[in-house]
Amino acid sequence: MSAALDTHGKAHDGHDDHGDHGHHTPTGFMRWVTTTNHKDIGTMYLWFSFAMFLFGGAMAMIIRAELFQPGMQIVTPEFFNSMTTYHGLVMVFGAIMPAFVGFANWQIPMMIGAPDMAFPRMNNWSFWLLPPAAILLVASFLVPGGGAGVGWTMYAPLTTQMGPGMDLTIFAVHILGMSSIMGSINIITTILNLRAPGMTLMKMPLFVWTWLITAYLLVASMPVLAGAVTMTLTDRHFGTSFFNAAGGGDPVLYQHIFWFFGHPEVYIIAIPAFGVVSQVIPAFSRKPLFGYASMVYATSSIAILSFMVWAHHMYVVGMPVAGQLYFMYATMLIAVPTGVKVFNWVATMWKGSLTFETPMLFALGFLFLFTLGGFTGLVLAMTVVDVQLQDTYYVVAHFHYVMVAGALFSAFAGVYFWFPKWTGKMYDETLGKWHFWLSIIFFNVTFFVQHFLGLAGMPRRIPDYALQFTEFNQISSIGAFGFGLSQVFFLYIIIKAIRSGEKAPQLPWDGADTLEWTHLPTPAPYHTFENPPTVK
Amino acid sequence: MMKKIGGMAGAMLLSLYAGASSAAWQLNLTTGATKSTQVIYDLHNLMMWIILVIFVGVFGVMFYSVYAHRKSVGHKADQFHENTTVELIWTIVPFFILIAMAWPATKALIDLRDTSNPDMTVKVTGYQWKWGYDYLKGEGEGISFVSQLSTPQAQIYGTEAKGENYLLETDRHLVVPVGKKIRVLTTASDVIHAWYVPAFGVKQDAIPGFVRDTWFRAEKEGIYRGQCAELCGKDHGFMPIVVEVVSAEKFSAWAGEQKKAMAAAADDPDKKWELADLKARGEKVYAANCVACHQANGQGIKGTFPGLDGGKITTGPVKGHIDQVLNGKAGTAMAAFGKQLSDTEIAAVVTYERNSWGNKTGTVVQPSDVKAARK
Repeated sequence: MSAALDTHGKAHDGHDDHGDHGHHTPTGFMRWVTTTNHKDIGTMYLWFSFAMFLFGGAMAMIIRAELFQPGMQIVTPEFFNSMTTYHGLVMVFGAIMPAFVGFANWQIPMMIGAPDMAFPRMNNWSFWLLPPAAILLVASFLVPGGGAGVGWTMYAPLTTQMGPGMDLTIFAVHILGMSSIMGSINIITTILNLRAPGMTLMKMPLFVWTWLITAYLLVASMPVLAGAVTMTLTDRHFGTSFFNAAGGGDPVLYQHIFWFFGHPEVYIIAIPAFGVVSQVIPAFSRKPLFGYASMVYATSSIAILSFMVWAHHMYVVGMPVAGQLYFMYATMLIAVPTGVKVFNWVATMWKGSLTFETPMLFALGFLFLFTLGGFTGLVLAMTVVDVQLQDTYYVVAHFHYVMVAGALFSAFAGVYFWFPKWTGKMYDETLGKWHFWLSIIFFNVTFFVQHFLGLAGMPRRIPDYALQFTEFNQISSIGAFGFGLSQVFFLYIIIKAIRSGEKAPQLPWDGADTLEWTHLPTPAPYHTFENPPTVK
Repeated sequence: MMKKIGGMAGAMLLSLYAGASSAAWQLNLTTGATKSTQVIYDLHNLMMWIILVIFVGVFGVMFYSVYAHRKSVGHKADQFHENTTVELIWTIVPFFILIAMAWPATKALIDLRDTSNPDMTVKVTGYQWKWGYDYLKGEGEGISFVSQLSTPQAQIYGTEAKGENYLLETDRHLVVPVGKKIRVLTTASDVIHAWYVPAFGVKQDAIPGFVRDTWFRAEKEGIYRGQCAELCGKDHGFMPIVVEVVSAEKFSAWAGEQKKAMAAAADDPDKKWELADLKARGEKVYAANCVACHQANGQGIKGTFPGLDGGKITTGPVKGHIDQVLNGKAGTAMAAFGKQLSDTEIAAVVTYERNSWGNKTGTVVQPSDVKAARK
């Protein structure tokens, strides 16, 4: 192993200085605009997503501040509605999805022994579509009428009542969709064509597998969303009546189309998170991942099932009983492959030799809380129970367990895990642990009580509430402010580590055994695997 | 991690005496006032028990591993990484657990969706932002009214102490007899709303242009409160539902009163009105229907809802003004009021708008003008 490392390390010594690898390589800002390097692009994706995360988080703070006590204190109801809308859109499309694409860019080529992504220029373009989309989203607050107050689901026909902010949002979604589709094509092509000799599909690290599956989900579902918002656009401006009953359309059609995208979207976010956790848990258990093959099959089954369950978001629109029964059974079925994954992770830890550095803590936080989110998902799958809980805070609690404690915690685990490989520096372990404990405690303070609010019947997306909901809302708001501050603390940890972190050892985690750890120096040079390694 | 277990245990202990705690700390679903809510409550509890067992099983193993298989206590890692038998077991066993859950859930669903043979049928129409109730069939047939939030703005904006039923009180209640199967038809006139009363276990989307149905049979007399549950624009949080369940005798008395009151209140559509009377009437109509967007001072909300004071339509030709109120404006929040308001009411509100604030057109619109414009 070390012999292989030395050869490659030496092979790169002559090449990896930035000034060296091309006479006309721009520097400064233009370097980032024109870069086709997967590591540069991965870095930009990660910083972009973090900026969006803070932006979306600021909106969450406004929401929780308004909900701290009954009565309208801080914002108007219209503005509150636009906060819930853009908090959702920014977090889903601006923060979580680009974060995992950032991981894919950095990690996939290194993990399969490829020199870069298959289409480096398209990679650049995929990233640089994101800032204009973000600008459109922000700009919708500045046009007459302000941001659209329709929820991130953008249900018709409420969308036809909105001002030009709605149109900007629609265009932003179009652009984000294009970016995702191009990114996915790039990832699929890279994985299928650029693997090192000997790296068969069933030898790929699970993170790569999860991204291969996710990329197919994206290619299949993003055009559906684009279709839905385009129909909204033509209903608004060009006299069509897709979702207008008066013209022969149906408002519920929008919901079918949206959720046909929307449910796979849940797994587009969750599956790469599974991938990160599947790298981290074995590394800190010093033991191979349990049930690798069944993990691959379970992930694929989840992906396929995700296209067959969309209407469980629509139990109260008035479907026929037969339809409700089908969607209930199909939804419950997802528990089987998801259960397999959870059991496999626990079995990986069993009889391992465990240590609990920050990445492992976040991975365990993911495992514990994501499973709770899965349990409440099972409760919501039951049609009759869902009648009481649909569109209440129970749903809000449920999907934040999956999205925040699931996807976000897994992204944190990934950042701490690969940070030494990316930068050659170590983060401060004590501060990292503080970040974990603050995050997990405040997360639960914020969202656990929301289950009770939902069970007691508090609807979601309301700017003001009846008096019996006051106590839990106050607890939730306090938790949210704490959680928000903890993430600013994360920014401090990262900046401190980049500026003055200790030099990372070649192999900071003894259980890490994928190519980027075993075959490349730390930090990874600018160009890697110009000659593919051989995998036995 | 150990702290988490403590937290969970605490939450579970709390939920044990949920019944004894006040409404403010409600931790579980309501057992409500119908058999359906009881069925839902029991099913949810069953689910929670199954989940609790799985939870303890899975995380018992995980936390044992965290405790016993640490490197710091010198545990050496085994290198096993698959076991077909175990993997088959934990794929197949969940199937059976799911079937155990699906069986009662299926039975409950089929019962709860059976809207046949009702004693009474009420149509519920969602408007931005109030509910319309029409008694279609059964006792009280023909009663029709609109119900909206009665909490004063002063309470919402904090200049006045909040009442006990803050945001959950309406000017008119939906009154129904106890023990009768009430079929509820839902629809909407503008965007999607949802009629949600937790105590009945009822939530049904109200979709513009379509009719959906649900039902309830309240077993106990009393007042039950709910809210709109589908984001429907600016005042989504301010359109509560109040249902009053009364004895059969009381209901008959109420229905009789309503019919008499409706007959008395019916306007003579051919009456000729004076400006002052019409304006006074119009002010009430305005306060009930227009004020949420266009505001009491007629200034609207800049960028969202146009002002009427000196507005293009309110000072322009009368015909265009009547048309706007009757038919709304497509693509905006301006609803078509033609079906909600009578000719007299529309005449009154148009007159009011044309002769209030800075508007001094002097026009008097008679109900007959509106009637003519409807054709």
